[in-house]
Amino acid sequence: MNDDLQPIDPSELAGIDPTGGLDELLIFGHPGTRRHFLKQVAGTSAAISLGPALMGIGSIEAAETDATSGGNASAAVTHVQLRINGRDHKLEIDPRTTLLDALREHLQLTGSKKGCDHGQCGACTVLVNGRRINSCLSLAVTHEGDEITTIEGLATGDELHPVQAAFLEHDGFQCGYCTPGQICSAVACISEGHARSDAEIREWMSGNLCRCGAYPNIVAAVKEAQSKTPAKAS
Amino acid sequence: MNPFTYSRAADAAEAVSALSAKPHTKFLGGGTNLIDLMKMGVETPAQLIDIGRLPMAQVEELPDGKGIRIGALARNSDVAEHALIQQRYPLLSQALLAGASPQLRNMATVGGNLMQRTRCYYFYDPAFPQCNKRNPGSGCGALKGYNRIHAILGQSEQCIATNPSDMNVALAALEAVIRVQGPKGEREIPIADFHRLPGTTPNVDTNLKEDELITAVDLPAMPFATRSHYLKVRDRASYAFAIVSVAAAIEMDAGKKITAVRIALGGVAHKPWRAKKAEQQLMGKDADEKVFRAAAEAELAAAKGYEHNSFKIELAKRSIVRALTTVAGMNS
Repeated sequence: MNDDLQPIDPSELAGIDPTGGLDELLIFGHPGTRRHFLKQVAGTSAAISLGPALMGIGSIEAAETDATSGGNASAAVTHVQLRINGRDHKLEIDPRTTLLDALREHLQLTGSKKGCDHGQCGACTVLVNGRRINSCLSLAVTHEGDEITTIEGLATGDELHPVQAAFLEHDGFQCGYCTPGQICSAVACISEGHARSDAEIREWMSGNLCRCGAYPNIVAAVKEAQSKTPAKAS
Repeated sequence: MNPFTYSRAADAAEAVSALSAKPHTKFLGGGTNLIDLMKMGVETPAQLIDIGRLPMAQVEELPDGKGIRIGALARNSDVAEHALIQQRYPLLSQALLAGASPQLRNMATVGGNLMQRTRCYYFYDPAFPQCNKRNPGSGCGALKGYNRIHAILGQSEQCIATNPSDMNVALAALEAVIRVQGPKGEREIPIADFHRLPGTTPNVDTNLKEDELITAVDLPAMPFATRSHYLKVRDRASYAFAIVSVAAAIEMDAGKKITAVRIALGGVAHKPWRAKKAEQQLMGKDADEKVFRAAAEAELAAAKGYEHNSFKIELAKRSIVRALTTVAGMNS
């Protein structure tokens, strides 16, 4: 028997899901827990009842690793220090590594999602020095000294960020895959002052696609979060 | 993505010398187009020189009321929201905000936007064997392919790709001047001469030399730029490239006689298309819809459509009329 694959401890299962079943995709953060959970599940009979979607996790991880290395083992390695969610991380990475891959593959901050990987869908949106960017089109080595905030860094302890709370309140998602990007984008949209009407929210959130079509609820969530955000002194 | 070496330039001079020191070197600014093209395997630089942190991001007034200088590394979002740009060149602000998404505008630089490459499907995806821009001499996949987004003015049998930028269209109407630095010093390139028509060398997008760096964009003083409008026609209400776009600015006397006019078109050519024929038609005439339509007809007289994009010819005419009607009706 593989030592890595211990039977599930029920207390651990309870620990991963503070949102009552909504956080399977780490919409609200908690780095590492989902993969750990899946690894655990894959080694037990529980996997059978969880269905085929979760059984393929091993190959998903392998595919992600291949994509990151770019298929060239001899590539040079660069040292970079990234400040993410208030913590400094020292990394040795191939210079081709995008900020998104650095977060997901090197730092296990898998809240930020890889959707299109070409800057078209917004699932990878993170905040850099308070500004929203597509982390999939940005090389990690260019971000030394930047203050990077991901979905994992928005909540304060157990207290959700107002935008996270509003997305829960208004059911601003269905499958949840675009949600970390939507929430990071919405945080910036509000702080930029671009969330003053439904039309403005639609225009200024247009860089975040939702294939489930949860847009009306996303607009409602952003509007509510905006109304609860103190106006910026200008 | 092919492997490359990465380094950061300390200043513009170092960046320029690094460019000439090693072949297949590219500058990295915002990366929104270059990194994407590297992922696609279209761009395969051996060396990237990161210029993203060079102090060239200011927007400042030129002395003696000569206009405004925008640093090449100013982010699209910062330029669009800058008070000087919004007040004096609202056209540029509108064009920038019509482009891409808030995230991309926070990354993309003015210099990079000038260097943005075409979104022709046959160029962007190396799975298509034919593209004279990507692989000179291989032919043009779009000519007899799916060419809905392609050019109707100034194209050649070698290439019918379009320049995808909104910003460039506004810069063409504002007669911007591109400042560049090379090993032998600085020079200025008027926007009209910056981008090229494809001719027999569609692989060359611009007249920027391989050892030159864009340092700034100058906007000459243009009082009537306050009466301007950027009209973008696209397949979605937001976050889509232009099918056709029009940048228009107009000056009229008290009797509505046109005393100055600038028109540029996007989405129709290999470069931002300054509509000089239409402008000539309009000068000295009274502003009304019939006059606008005649000017649009004159500009598009030489247009040529293909299987999927012939609709753009009428669309461009109507868009010109709409944009001119909008600016003529403005209070300024």
